[in-house]
Amino acid sequence: MDVARILDHPLFQRLAFERRCLGFVLATAMAVTYFAYSLTIAFRPTLLGTLIFEGSVITWGVVIGAGLLSFGFFLTAVYVLVANTRLDAISQQLQEDLK
Amino acid sequence: MIRALSIVVFSLVTSDAMADALAGPTSRQGLNPIAIAMFLGFVALSLAVTLWAAKRGTRTASDFYTAGSGLSGFKNGLAIAGDYTSAATFLGVTALVYTSGYDGMIYAIGFLVGFPMILFLIAEPLRNLGRYTFADVAAYRLSEVPVRLIAGVNTLVIVLFYLIAQMVGAGKLIELLFGLPYFVAVALVGVLMMAYVTFGGMLATTWVQIIKAVLLLTGSALMSYLILARFGFSLERLFGQAIAVHPKSTAIMAPGGLVKDPVSAISLGLALIFGTAGLPHILMRFFTVADARQARLSVLVATGFITVFYTLLFVLGFGAIALVLADPTFKDAAGNLIGGTNMVALHLADKLGGSPLLGFISAVAFATILAVVSGLTIAGASAASHDIYTCVLRRGKASDQEEVRVSKGAAVAISVAAMTLGMLFENQNIAFIVGLVFAIAASANFPIVFLSIAWRGLTTRGAVAGSLAGLLSALVLVALSPGVWTAALKLGTAPFPYDNPAVFSVPLAFLTTWLVSRLDRSAAGAAVRFAFQAQHVTAQTGFDRPGTAAFH
Repeated sequence: MDVARILDHPLFQRLAFERRCLGFVLATAMAVTYFAYSLTIAFRPTLLGTLIFEGSVITWGVVIGAGLLSFGFFLTAVYVLVANTRLDAISQQLQEDLK
Repeated sequence: MIRALSIVVFSLVTSDAMADALAGPTSRQGLNPIAIAMFLGFVALSLAVTLWAAKRGTRTASDFYTAGSGLSGFKNGLAIAGDYTSAATFLGVTALVYTSGYDGMIYAIGFLVGFPMILFLIAEPLRNLGRYTFADVAAYRLSEVPVRLIAGVNTLVIVLFYLIAQMVGAGKLIELLFGLPYFVAVALVGVLMMAYVTFGGMLATTWVQIIKAVLLLTGSALMSYLILARFGFSLERLFGQAIAVHPKSTAIMAPGGLVKDPVSAISLGLALIFGTAGLPHILMRFFTVADARQARLSVLVATGFITVFYTLLFVLGFGAIALVLADPTFKDAAGNLIGGTNMVALHLADKLGGSPLLGFISAVAFATILAVVSGLTIAGASAASHDIYTCVLRRGKASDQEEVRVSKGAAVAISVAAMTLGMLFENQNIAFIVGLVFAIAASANFPIVFLSIAWRGLTTRGAVAGSLAGLLSALVLVALSPGVWTAALKLGTAPFPYDNPAVFSVPLAFLTTWLVSRLDRSAAGAAVRFAFQAQHVTAQTGFDRPGTAAFH
């Protein structure tokens, strides 16, 4: 493996950069929403006890909680989709180029 | 027949704050022939799988540790879910929702968020750089002996602590479910996990985990369906009924006393969000698939499974409030739930489907325990054999056969240790253990794995110093915390006021790693910084991966 040649290859640089950005953006999104939720519980728990509409028994807390559970899965799906299409295509192209 | 026991099962899944809510007497269930038949059926099936796996061969290290890296991402995803969701989660979260309502959801969310983080931060480079254990990743360019030694020790510490929690919980649970004495229950679990791992290696362990994951999801989906059917598939009516019968009334629909203060909230959050990415038995599962693409799929399947499972637990908990809480048939003379609050999921099964469903759910709970302890045992055995024996003690000179023999021996030793510890800790207050495990994983393992992949400047000295700082600060702070100091050792007010140390130990580990790496002016330090280039190429592309044919 010719490390220097691969490192200098623009496709490799793009692959590494895009994968890092993708991971960083999604990890930040996950961490920020999770800590926002935890801190809301710590500082303003009553906020999550508000009913979604007058006459219902369901609170925003339940909706947001279920939403947060699905959000983790959604972000994972976004990563897999982008990695399987875009990142793998770049990787494939890089492999061709290096032959 | 009714025998009071202190409640410990619940403590597997929780910190002290919640243990209080569920403390109370428990008692043994009457024997349920269907439960015993299904339990024996599961044991027979799992042993058949082990025999089949043993015939397929566990001779080479690659077969034994990682099932020859031949699993599909889908199977591995199910196995990861089976490795992670314990019986304690199933029974404990349902019980937590039953007593406190909404707080159960907060807890479930915390245990889910770590999974996407594994994928976003480390999964692909981890698969591309490692072969058998996560220490392979750090040892790719760092000096092998010190890094593997510390990673191996961390793994064994985590595995043994986690096994104590699982064994004590398993013993109590089986005692309750099947009326077996505690020591017989612990011995049974210990012998079965030893058999799976020693004879069947990773392949048998994986299949036990897959079967368990499917059973657990089927069981909870079936119960949720039966609950919702009783309320015309209207969540509004289910929640309405729950509010009507629960003593806390509408308060069960909003956060209660689970999160005490912002520091505790952040600390537990940090431990959960980064701890999952530092659990050795979870990280090891990424080496059972062929490439980064399958590793991604594994996380997607595992996250999907766990999301659905935790959402269903919320339905089960509210179903239990609506259907079990007001039913006198599940209460003893004093008005307490028979068997203790942890048994509420089983009463719910009884209410919904009579003895057949009760028997099925009991057997599922048992399968769940076995899957988790086997995963822990193989992770511990691989660290003891691959990292500590082969790479540190023998400096890589051990043959493949020798390495497999040592890991089988280590699996036996770990099982025996787990059984012994399970007996010793029978009546101890172990509510702090799961929090401690996640804190150690987040402070001692996660920084090494993450920084060795992401940061060029990391040196061996930095990694070892940072990991030690994380491990020791987590251990010391937990020892001084209310969970150990006050509750377990009964020494009065705890010197360290928080149950989870992660908010201090994680930053300390990162800071130490950074500082020591920066100050490292040695030639070895310069060499490993230079070696980052080649590692970076392999991490990103999978070219020249260890254990595969060279790319060019």
